[in-house]
Amino acid sequence: MSNSSRNAMLAKIRTAIMTGSRGDFHEAHTSVPYSAYDDGNVAARIELFAHRVAEYKAWVGHCTSVGIAQAVAERLMIRGKKRMVIPSDLPDSWLPKGFDFVRDSQLDRTVIAGMDGVLSGAALGIAQTGTIVLDGGAFQGRRMISLLPDYHLCIIRAQDIVGVVPEAFAQLATTRQSPMQPYTFISGPSATSDIELNRVEGVHGPRTLDVFIVE
Amino acid sequence: MKKPESVIIELAPRFEVGAKSALQNTQLRRNMGKATQTIRGKRAAVVDELSDWESLRVAGQHIKDDVMQHLDTYLVQLEDAITRAGGHVHWAKDAHEANEIVTHLIQATGSKEIIKVKSLTTDEIRLNEALELAGITAIETDLAELIIQLAHEKSSHILVPAIHKNRSEIRALFQKSMNLPDLTDEPKELAAAARQFLREKFMSVRVATSGANFAIAETGSVCVVESEGNGRMCLTMPDVLISVMGIEKILPRWQDLGVFMQLLPRSSTGERMNPYTSIWTGVHADDGPQEFHLVLLDNGRSDVLADSVGRQTLHCIRCSACINVCPVYERTGGHAYGSVYPGPIGAILTPQLVGTAYADSLPYASSLCGACYDVCPVRINIPEVLVHLRGKVVAEKQTQLKSWFDGENIGMKAMATTFAHRSTYELAQQAGQLAQWPFVYEGYIEHGPGPLGKWTAMRDFPAIPPQSFRDWWRERQRDE
Repeated sequence: MSNSSRNAMLAKIRTAIMTGSRGDFHEAHTSVPYSAYDDGNVAARIELFAHRVAEYKAWVGHCTSVGIAQAVAERLMIRGKKRMVIPSDLPDSWLPKGFDFVRDSQLDRTVIAGMDGVLSGAALGIAQTGTIVLDGGAFQGRRMISLLPDYHLCIIRAQDIVGVVPEAFAQLATTRQSPMQPYTFISGPSATSDIELNRVEGVHGPRTLDVFIVE
Repeated sequence: MKKPESVIIELAPRFEVGAKSALQNTQLRRNMGKATQTIRGKRAAVVDELSDWESLRVAGQHIKDDVMQHLDTYLVQLEDAITRAGGHVHWAKDAHEANEIVTHLIQATGSKEIIKVKSLTTDEIRLNEALELAGITAIETDLAELIIQLAHEKSSHILVPAIHKNRSEIRALFQKSMNLPDLTDEPKELAAAARQFLREKFMSVRVATSGANFAIAETGSVCVVESEGNGRMCLTMPDVLISVMGIEKILPRWQDLGVFMQLLPRSSTGERMNPYTSIWTGVHADDGPQEFHLVLLDNGRSDVLADSVGRQTLHCIRCSACINVCPVYERTGGHAYGSVYPGPIGAILTPQLVGTAYADSLPYASSLCGACYDVCPVRINIPEVLVHLRGKVVAEKQTQLKSWFDGENIGMKAMATTFAHRSTYELAQQAGQLAQWPFVYEGYIEHGPGPLGKWTAMRDFPAIPPQSFRDWWRERQRDE
């Protein structure tokens, strides 16, 4: 069935393309001058990122690369979190003493769901939209660990923040593997607009999102 | 004529009948007015902050133009890329075939239950009902879809299916169906109730279905845009993932997401970016479902592709901006349209998917004000398509014998003949001047005779003046 359906569908589509063509269609590569980059002001870009992430009711802080562990400790204290799942490759230098960090090596889903939270890095940030992109690469782990726990503490390097959305896709194209890695774009904590079209934070994904920008 | 296999249309009452009863529901009108006003304001604010918005719209339109002109090539390219990445691609010419494919795939897993990401395409083919017949329970995981499912109601908006319900109505529903007598109507608490209700399902159900917002021909990547995280759950937790996608959702290149991931969130929920977007390519070792199927659905789309005016309808990315801005939708709500696709886009998409003969009142469910065209992120000229479809409806009616006795048709034909020649036109004008006197009041006809009364019930008709422009012009020429 499958193969004959495929060929019949394709044949019908080919005829339809001819019949319905207006003759003046546009090619995708027609150059339309939308913004592909921001103005290159790095300080403003990072400030914008912090501002836009915070607008989604996430918490945003800054730290230095040698101060990550201390920053993590402070944040976990404030949030009252003790047991955190972490990607298997997260550097020890990020981990403060006095907390229980569990590396994910194919941990069972119920174990992950039972954790207080997840601590991870990120592949990319988008300033214009306050978005964090995870691609399963360095310090990020598999998708499940940043999804099941109710709290996500995400560490992003300032140099990984790009200006606008098209830049992010261009950047991801340069680091893409074969086969391609899975991507998750995160803009604030999980939310819904389903009740009277107002954004309400907190449904199935992590209900609390904290972000440190490492400069 | 046999009704086509595509089964989106309820074929319940005609639009004007459904609209009339909806307009009498004051609670519905209040809910709709409040919700559409909120979302319109949010959209306008985030669109205004992008100085290149118009360029993005044009880019979106051009990309979709290109997709339609090379749809066959891109579909084959997508199939190759997904297969290489360990996924499977299936082709379904109509709803029946798609449902059969999905049912068989689920049966092969032995699972009696699936979790579902909100998907219009699966609503269109009525997948849940087909699965039910096969003894498989589909659990909707999107909050609004869950509300609709628990209330045994139909969706009234493509993005927010429960837009017609306010918080206290949702509270009452959850209190009853989730057995939570102390639940308040605080949206945060309602969301928390849904989280708790569905968590166990996310952890245990082995099969999920989804739709797709975009698929990239170049890379074989499929993209789902969402807010709540139920999408991430369904796309990450199960062993088997089955996605159903209309053939028109394809984009040629990875970089095209840079355009559409700006157009969609801002047009749809009025956010700079939606909370979660998932993009996956086939299967990923040790991460997410290890079996992935994509079902490519035609179900009338190739017929739309074959119509040079209607084709642009396939550019639609289901953002719902046209619905939120439509003055007709705001007042009638979505149910009056009798389709999973309501509002302006539904008024042009539904008749084309099922055939104008089966939805001939929908092209008239508009005042042609054009607000929908202005907000459309891919610049679909909805009024143009509406007028085109009205023409088709009339042409189809004229082929039927009963059109010979139809007052409107006779009148319109007579008018066409009269207006075609100067002499007949002027003669008719003079005759009208004489015949209209019993109906004229201060230069206007407020109550027309016979069938014209329907038209004048809503507005006044200007009377034919004592001196026509033509008479005046002739007089002026003589005087010079």
